[in-house]
Amino acid sequence: MNTADQYLKAVFLVQQIEDGPASTGALADRLGVSPASANEMVGKLAEKDLLVHEKYKGATLTDAGEERARDALATYCVLERFLANVLDVEDYRGEAGQLEAVIDETVADRLDMIIDREPDCPDCFDAEADACSHLVEQLGEVGAGD
Amino acid sequence: MSVASRVDSDGQLARLLQIGIVLEEVVEARAYEHYQRLPDDERDVRIEELLQEAREESADHRERLEAIVDRLDEDEDAAVDIAPLVREQYARTGPEDFDGILYDQLNGEETAYKFYDDLIEAIERSETSFSIDRESLLSTLRDIRETEAEGVEAVAELMESRT
Repeated sequence: MNTADQYLKAVFLVQQIEDGPASTGALADRLGVSPASANEMVGKLAEKDLLVHEKYKGATLTDAGEERARDALATYCVLERFLANVLDVEDYRGEAGQLEAVIDETVADRLDMIIDREPDCPDCFDAEADACSHLVEQLGEVGAGD
Repeated sequence: MSVASRVDSDGQLARLLQIGIVLEEVVEARAYEHYQRLPDDERDVRIEELLQEAREESADHRERLEAIVDRLDEDEDAAVDIAPLVREQYARTGPEDFDGILYDQLNGEETAYKFYDDLIEAIERSETSFSIDRESLLSTLRDIRETEAEGVEAVAELMESRT
């Protein structure tokens, strides 16, 4: 997944958590980058009309940006489910976060052939828990936001 | 979380190689299913050879990747038996004719090529010292990527010969 898609996914999730625009600080925290890097990328995505950036408020995805963010989230969801259900990785969130930059959407689609995703993906994704809610439920975990 | 596309540790490398092993297993298992379920009137020596070669090539790649994971200083067991999962999904979504089988095979080879290409780039970009020799690792992965490219070409040629 390329850097732009990782940012769009992060904006999408932070918007849900904050119930409003995603602040640059929250994006930087989520992505593990400096606020200056986050700010620069937000500017580039705004130039491409994938989000609208309001000073002192934050970033809000446009329809085109949201579409890409949802695709990226679905790819991420495949990766989490694959790590948790096929490879039995306990820290599937942490590892999915580390690996997502190297895993392309086409590769995720192929991995999707051996996992059972729910039809509501990626709406099933719980931004607070940073995981698919079905997966959290299946593993009997308590979400990060609970 | 890392937005940078690079491999930063033995553990991360082992996990990515494990994903490669699974991709190879998917190709291997689906080629077997294709072969078993090919309708009699669609049987053709060329596709039978192609599927047989695809299975052998994927098995060879899988073994080479498993050998690398075994050499890494990780506790992970490289082998993952996913054949039952592939069979289960295949029964629901498997292609039913010659062209569908070729398309699926092409998709598998192209995906594997893309995976190795991204992995090689991510290793080249990394400054991490792995517990195995970097040049030998890259050489193996480049070699595997090359045979995936040849596999794509072989399927594409067969597809073209039918149009």
